[in-house]
Amino acid sequence: MELVCPAGNLPSLKAAVDNGADAVYIGFRNETNARHFAGLNFDSKQIERGLAYARRHGTKIYVAINTYPQPDNFAKWESAVDQAAEYGVDALILADIGVMDYAAGKWPELRLHLSVQASATTHEAIRFYAEQFGVRRAVIPRVLSVKQVEALVDNSPIPIEVFGFGSLCVMVEGRCYLSSYVTGQGPNTFGACSPASFVRWSEADSKLETRLNGVLIDRVNKDENAGYPTICKGRFRVNGKTGYAIEEPTSLNTLPILPDLLRIGVAAIKIEGRQRSPAYVAKVTKVLRAAIDSCIRDPDHFKPDQAWLSQLTFLSEGVQTTLGAYQREWQ
Amino acid sequence: MAVSAASKCMRLSLGPIQYYWPREKVLDFYRSIESTAVDIVYLGETVCSKRRLFRLRDWLEVAERLQSAGKEVVLSTLALLEANSELGHVRKLCTNENFTIEANDMSAVQMLAGKTKFIGGASLNIYNPGTLKKLVGMGLTRWVMPVELSKSVLADFQEKMPAGLESEVFAWGRLPIAYSARCYTARAHNVPKDACEYCCIDYPDGLMLSTRDDEDFLIINGIQTQSARVHNLVHELSGPVSDVDIFRISPQSEHTEQVISLFDKVRSGALDAKEASDELEPLTSVGLCNGYWHQEAGMASCNAGCNP
Repeated sequence: MELVCPAGNLPSLKAAVDNGADAVYIGFRNETNARHFAGLNFDSKQIERGLAYARRHGTKIYVAINTYPQPDNFAKWESAVDQAAEYGVDALILADIGVMDYAAGKWPELRLHLSVQASATTHEAIRFYAEQFGVRRAVIPRVLSVKQVEALVDNSPIPIEVFGFGSLCVMVEGRCYLSSYVTGQGPNTFGACSPASFVRWSEADSKLETRLNGVLIDRVNKDENAGYPTICKGRFRVNGKTGYAIEEPTSLNTLPILPDLLRIGVAAIKIEGRQRSPAYVAKVTKVLRAAIDSCIRDPDHFKPDQAWLSQLTFLSEGVQTTLGAYQREWQ
Repeated sequence: MAVSAASKCMRLSLGPIQYYWPREKVLDFYRSIESTAVDIVYLGETVCSKRRLFRLRDWLEVAERLQSAGKEVVLSTLALLEANSELGHVRKLCTNENFTIEANDMSAVQMLAGKTKFIGGASLNIYNPGTLKKLVGMGLTRWVMPVELSKSVLADFQEKMPAGLESEVFAWGRLPIAYSARCYTARAHNVPKDACEYCCIDYPDGLMLSTRDDEDFLIINGIQTQSARVHNLVHELSGPVSDVDIFRISPQSEHTEQVISLFDKVRSGALDAKEASDELEPLTSVGLCNGYWHQEAGMASCNAGCNP
């Protein structure tokens, strides 16, 4: 079971490599990937240095080109594909059919992975990409229970990669327009959810309010922690009750079900968080590495170490974790 | 360069019912649709496979009646599939011999590709001509543009639009904004999805989610989230030409016939789009939006001064 770790810059890439990542995924410094944030991601010089570092340590580099180009900017995605291919990266992580068609046609030897942003949740959907473009691995949305992941692994023509830790998209990835509905910019077209330029913090009636393009996402007492105004983690009113109507600020953590993921044949575990700091990447990678190694050594008696769990919880959104959709009751 | 359709060729379609309605209500609804001006009717459960008051047999019966009434009928597939049983249901739909399928996820595309002509729903993520061309090669004959794309993006497609391909847009209704494994209606009732007791049947137009300063913001509809504002492109019907071939109206529990009639009047030139909008707005509970069409935030309402 491969450990795939995020890097938004060179220090994070090194941190992931140093702490036991089998592969590191990165993106270019533009809207061709789903973490298009200011100051984040790799220019050509950094990619070359990152690749060299990873190669020296036997770590693979995957490049995410996983947003959806439009008619007037398709060429930018083509050139991202070409650039990554010319660097000789180990795989591209793609979401768009047009981009896949281009990549498979021009670089037939290049290994392609299906991004979570392609929203493929069944073996039939995955078969489509495997047959049409020779895609060799699929990252699946965070919507399936463990049992459903098992059925998918059993029937999928290619290996499956799942999310193991990090911020939790509660909506099917690649089909969530919450951010673009409120701001005009969302994951599919712009590569970012709830872009910072639309965020406003303000005080009103001794409360701290967080707004996204004017829409009130949450209101907290001044001594409380005001989270980043991601719409799905806000507090709203439904049927007269105010609360986290969609999801609480929380992170996904699969340590408790690691033996299950191993047993059912999941090929790779992905850590979310290219927008996170090198220190975060280092800590999470280290814990996941230790946990996976321990689990592989003795899956029948694996129990997540209490120190690992508390470290991960401390690094989580809202200082709490969830198994998300892997657990039926969450749904 | 593709020639834009003249306004007289514009067709109106009725999208699938996105909510969970009692059986009798669904039957009554489609009886009332038989005599309306919509040219195309999309049928089927696209949101939640647990909603089973209407079985495939029932949908096929309604389909036949609507077809006899002169409507083109299309069967729509589930947008989010999780279980093998759901794949089985989609497979059954895709192998029916009488009606075209609207594929709402790639599983359905895989089942249809190379075998029969099909329609690509708005959740297929067709964002560029490269994607469109690939799917047309597999049998796609009509596509519904993703709701977050604009008029100018549709115009940009035209140069590379495969011949004969029809473009449909979501022209009236609450925008489908997101899908999830979690049922938010059940969550509002403090129960998990497996114990939902079909509570969404109590909300024939979904459940309002408001901000803490009382702005009606989103609609919870089981595992689907919608815009609270109603997306309205009636103005697009009034121009002499449009890149849109088909305008989709999404059903609500009330006033759908009236909406169809107003859209039809604008299409035929009998009513000014501005007047139609003024009549349409009171039919919604929280007002209109059209931001996506003008390359703005989806919730925006653009009149003069917006992007074209």
